[in-house]
Amino acid sequence: MTRLTAASALAMLWATGAMAQTELTMWYHGAGNQVESEIVNRIIADFNASQSDWVVSIESFPQNAYNDAVVAAALAGDLPDILDVDGPIMPNWAWAGYLQPLPIEPTRIEAFLPGTKGVWNDQLYSVGLWDAAVALITRQSTLDALGLRTPTLEEPWTQEEFMGAMEAAKASGDYEYAIDLGMSDQSEWYPYAFLPFLWSFGGDLIDAESGYQTAEGVLNGEAALAFGEWWQGMFTEGYAPGPSQDPADHASGFQEGQYAFTWNGNWLALPFLEAFDDVVFLPAPDFGNGNFIGAASWQFAVSGTTEHPEGGAAFIEFALKDEYLRDFSNGIGLIPPTPTAAAMTENYAEGGPMAVFYDLSEDQARLRPVFPGYPVAAKVFAKALTDIANGADVADSLDTAVDEIEADVQSNQGYGQQ
Amino acid sequence: MSVIDPSNRGLQLATRYVVLTLIAVIFAFPLVFMLVSSLKPDDQLLRDTASLRAFLPVGDLSLQNYYAAFDRAPVGTFILNSVLVTGVTVALSLFVCSMAAFAFVFLRWSGRDLVLGVILATLIVPFETIAIPLLLVVSKLPWIGLDGFSLGWLNTYRVQIVPFIADGLTIFLFVQYFKDLPGDLAEAARVEGASNWQIYRKVVMPLAGPVLATAAILKFLVMYNQYLWPLMVVQEEGRRPVMVGLQYFFQLNRAWGEIMAYLSMITVPVLAFYLYMQRSFIASIASTGVKG
Repeated sequence: MTRLTAASALAMLWATGAMAQTELTMWYHGAGNQVESEIVNRIIADFNASQSDWVVSIESFPQNAYNDAVVAAALAGDLPDILDVDGPIMPNWAWAGYLQPLPIEPTRIEAFLPGTKGVWNDQLYSVGLWDAAVALITRQSTLDALGLRTPTLEEPWTQEEFMGAMEAAKASGDYEYAIDLGMSDQSEWYPYAFLPFLWSFGGDLIDAESGYQTAEGVLNGEAALAFGEWWQGMFTEGYAPGPSQDPADHASGFQEGQYAFTWNGNWLALPFLEAFDDVVFLPAPDFGNGNFIGAASWQFAVSGTTEHPEGGAAFIEFALKDEYLRDFSNGIGLIPPTPTAAAMTENYAEGGPMAVFYDLSEDQARLRPVFPGYPVAAKVFAKALTDIANGADVADSLDTAVDEIEADVQSNQGYGQQ
Repeated sequence: MSVIDPSNRGLQLATRYVVLTLIAVIFAFPLVFMLVSSLKPDDQLLRDTASLRAFLPVGDLSLQNYYAAFDRAPVGTFILNSVLVTGVTVALSLFVCSMAAFAFVFLRWSGRDLVLGVILATLIVPFETIAIPLLLVVSKLPWIGLDGFSLGWLNTYRVQIVPFIADGLTIFLFVQYFKDLPGDLAEAARVEGASNWQIYRKVVMPLAGPVLATAAILKFLVMYNQYLWPLMVVQEEGRRPVMVGLQYFFQLNRAWGEIMAYLSMITVPVLAFYLYMQRSFIASIASTGVKG
């Protein structure tokens, strides 16, 4: 009898404890990616077992469908408690009320790469468990055969040197094209990968000094026109395949020797390392105003409608442990956000085959314009680049892009940033 | 020297068959490419796209892409969901729309032409324009089920079915077909004392086989290919249909072989349904206003 009573009491205690746990729903963009799903599920299981206040349950979405699903859910008032958001989209979702500031102590993410901190209007909204980086990828044997200097972070190629490399690769007759810019990937890749070229020429997508109200002068000024002419020349001179590039060529062309160089992301670097033993990752060229690459990848945030932001923050903070950052990096090849996590990884530890990406990310990375109109501006920019690559007039294309971006800003009352 | 006689019947027949075969081959090429590619590893698949080998089952062939597709996504669940949602919607749609068409053709009531005109006008309204208002409505609709009263239809099968039961095109197809039926049949039945329901069920519908097949196939294709709506209203993986599931395979490193394997699998129900309805579908196109 005593044993029975004790067992009942224990069961009641357990039941009371279980009932005290609050369920938090979480949406994630990685459905279909088994490695990513396995790591996220493990973090959730560890978190649920580590404390008795919260229970996180996950619903994964395929990446291409994720943003639309979140917007639809926001309209229907059905957002989850925790969600992940692509870095440059974050300000738009924060402005729209889909997100609320993330209650995490700044000291907790002090050591994180800048691109992994989602800050808008001086408030932290999201944190990334990794960052991504782009590099000019080639083989040392290619540089040697073409008689080219190996550029470094301290001394990247100038525009003259970069174009000299393009010409040397073309003149060698060994390649179908000098460089693969990834033109077949007509998604966020365009602004992510090519906006840094515009920055390097001295232009920008939108004028930050105007409070992100106009693109006049920065997207169609002298620097932008110079960028546009250079961009068009890459295709008219036959250095790179244009927007009609076959995705299959983009996927395997470098490994098959079609291109001497590829402007590509670190998430696609592992196949290159498997294909060749002399792959080198080079910094972006400097076209006159510094050399840049894009920053910010997917990040975790709490929704604007959750009644438990502290629970969401507790989970996100738990996920920031170095061991999970390491697992994501080892699993999907992305850059761990802290030096301590990087030191624990296979590829980014000192002397690792992709360690250079950590340095590139630290030295060259620049956030795409942090303003709510970015999703529209990015699409407009991508269209302008496509048109120019297809032979459209540079000045007209950029003027049109400026008009479209400004029209969007005005129709949204300046996104509240005037 | 022999001369080919252009009026030669055998020659005409041979020419016709050659042309038809060529056209058939052109239409079959994408399907052949899909099936053949689903059996190849990615590197070979990408290499073969540069030549006619892309359409030939040659090289390193295996079912590995099919196994991998099942590992990546709950393919069976997606197909089952789509078949369930599509099947129920098609069945209900044929019933409701044929009854509506019956009312427009065989019953006399004031405002009939105006209502039909309004329904037909909805044909020119793209679904995308009403998607968001519809989302707002279904997210607040009440429901009484086994687990009691609830508000909101999101994450259910019914939210994927009910909004698509009645549609202008299906009603239009039935109206056109019913108009071509001899009006005397319904009148004779009425004189014999048959009710409207009896006329609908025992006189009109038994003659409606071809239009039922046409409407079913068209509706089936629309429902089976649904992407935007389920994306908006279904967040649970267990309720997702095949087209949303397809996105599972478009990762940063795309596995083209798995994509082809998945496409091959989700194409099977469509082909099976079409083959089942084929004879009636062709009869309908040949004998009704559907031929335009």
